[in-house]
Amino acid sequence: MISIIWKRVKNNRTAVIGLSVILAIGVLAVGAPLFAPYDSSAIDVDNTLAAPTWSHPLGTDELGRDILSRMIWGGRVSLKVGFVAVGIAISIGIFIGALAGFYGGIIDSLLMRFVDMMLCFPTFFLILAVIAIVEPSITTIMIVIGLTSWMDVSRLVRAEILTLKERDFVLAARAIGARDFRVIFRHILPNALSPVFVSATFGVAGAILTESGLSFLGLGVQPPDPSWGNILYSGKDYILTAWWLSVFPGLAILISVLCYNLVGEGLRDALDPRLWRSEK
Amino acid sequence: MLSYIARRLVLMIPLIFGITLISFLVIHLAPGGPVEVETEMSMKSSAQALENLKKLYGLDKPLHEQYIDWLQRFVKLDFGTSFTDGKKVLGKITERIPITLTINLLSLLFIFCIAVPIGVLSATRQYSLFDRFTTIFVFVGFSTPHFWLALLCQILFGMTLGWLPISGFQSIDVTGMGFLERVWDWTVHLILPVGIGAFAGMAGLSRYSRSSMLEVIRQDYIRTARAKGLRESQVIIRHALRNALMPIVTIIGLAVPGLIGGSVIMETIFSIPGMGQLFYQSTMSRDYPTIMGVLVIGAVLTLIGNFLADISYAMVDPRIRISKE
Repeated sequence: MISIIWKRVKNNRTAVIGLSVILAIGVLAVGAPLFAPYDSSAIDVDNTLAAPTWSHPLGTDELGRDILSRMIWGGRVSLKVGFVAVGIAISIGIFIGALAGFYGGIIDSLLMRFVDMMLCFPTFFLILAVIAIVEPSITTIMIVIGLTSWMDVSRLVRAEILTLKERDFVLAARAIGARDFRVIFRHILPNALSPVFVSATFGVAGAILTESGLSFLGLGVQPPDPSWGNILYSGKDYILTAWWLSVFPGLAILISVLCYNLVGEGLRDALDPRLWRSEK
Repeated sequence: MLSYIARRLVLMIPLIFGITLISFLVIHLAPGGPVEVETEMSMKSSAQALENLKKLYGLDKPLHEQYIDWLQRFVKLDFGTSFTDGKKVLGKITERIPITLTINLLSLLFIFCIAVPIGVLSATRQYSLFDRFTTIFVFVGFSTPHFWLALLCQILFGMTLGWLPISGFQSIDVTGMGFLERVWDWTVHLILPVGIGAFAGMAGLSRYSRSSMLEVIRQDYIRTARAKGLRESQVIIRHALRNALMPIVTIIGLAVPGLIGGSVIMETIFSIPGMGQLFYQSTMSRDYPTIMGVLVIGAVLTLIGNFLADISYAMVDPRIRISKE
């Protein structure tokens, strides 16, 4: 299965480019201490708001901090928020979707009405309301984004499970006396995960965007921790004199979000059997 | 049809109660609750003042009683008064709703007029240069942090070129203008917010119409239409498009919460006095009655959007209303 998917993704040039960029950014973020040329919080009062030069390829900010180093460390924060938030979202989504799909009946109706209610809220409103109450920090932001973005996953998982639970292999597993828990997690779920992967890839892109939006409003990752969003937030006051403070973090968000979306789209095509038929 | 509408309306009632319960819990499960946060700002407030405040807002009662109290007032559309300026929350919201709705409906209109043709054309020319170019285009739109794009456009069009105003939705002297002048004034103010909103929201609909179209043109009835010698344009427009576009109504309904949520950032950047800006300001000042009011009304608006989408879907596609009857 995985080799078939890989073969189909490999033929999709945009997805391969996206994947390579994601990997490159991922390596930079994981190895931030190795790759960042300067200490990301080292203040240099003689060198504030300096335009890009060889020694500071992306310039410096209002405190003389090296933007390239801050971007690399910021990428680490932004990616961490993206991955942890999506991890939380798909865990909740799988759990609720599996319960609803497997047990059906009243449990299903209750859980799905709850999903409908959550989907009515403009997500950004809900996130802001919670951030207004708890202190914004990397941890709270990851949790809040995760708690407000699991609904699609639960619907996907539920739909998959509804079609899978009547299959012979599930009946067989039940016939040999496997408990519900084992039937769900060992037999059904592994077959229901491919749409979850697609959704998770898009989810990382969405979470990075949400985090940057929150940080742009000053309600996201708090200084001195750098994130792409808050470099942009503090840089926007200097946009007329120091464009590099606003342009580079924005580009970093755009490029990485774009690449996650392209990979997500490539995965979706690769996993959609309806599109396979058309190939000769 | 009428019975379908009636049934959908009845289904909305428990959802509205659920929405109010979630909004209430989100705000009131905060450690310390609303009053504690309000008083910790000013160090001088004594324990007595705290008690008085709690009594004033009924926060000394158990949670479920507070909820029932609040719900009773909610049914009468009374959201209380704002912590910051003492005005009625409902009034603050209703004076801002038209602005947010206008901007979002305009964005939706642009999205529809641009995204659907893009999707259809790229489906009929799958893997062509046009298909690849528009795919990249809509994905870039989807992936752009739109506050960043808004910032850059403000600098470019507002300051460097000086073509467009960069804030508000009308000029200060708008009352002295004639009707046409006024429309023009609104137009130039709204080009950037609406345009950027549309650019950012294009992806969902255009990708959806592309894949929906791709599926339809592989159907047998399309082959039949071709086989009986219809021109390609007729096959696409008369036979394929009508079937491919039906589900799109629901997609538009689903886009509503995203647009309303997105208005927080757009309205803040362009200082447009709409619901998004109100919500941002009330979260910054921790104005809980207003936060709850906007939260509930935003969700109810979404609910209405979905309802309208479902109804129009049932209208264009008889299978829906018949299968559920």
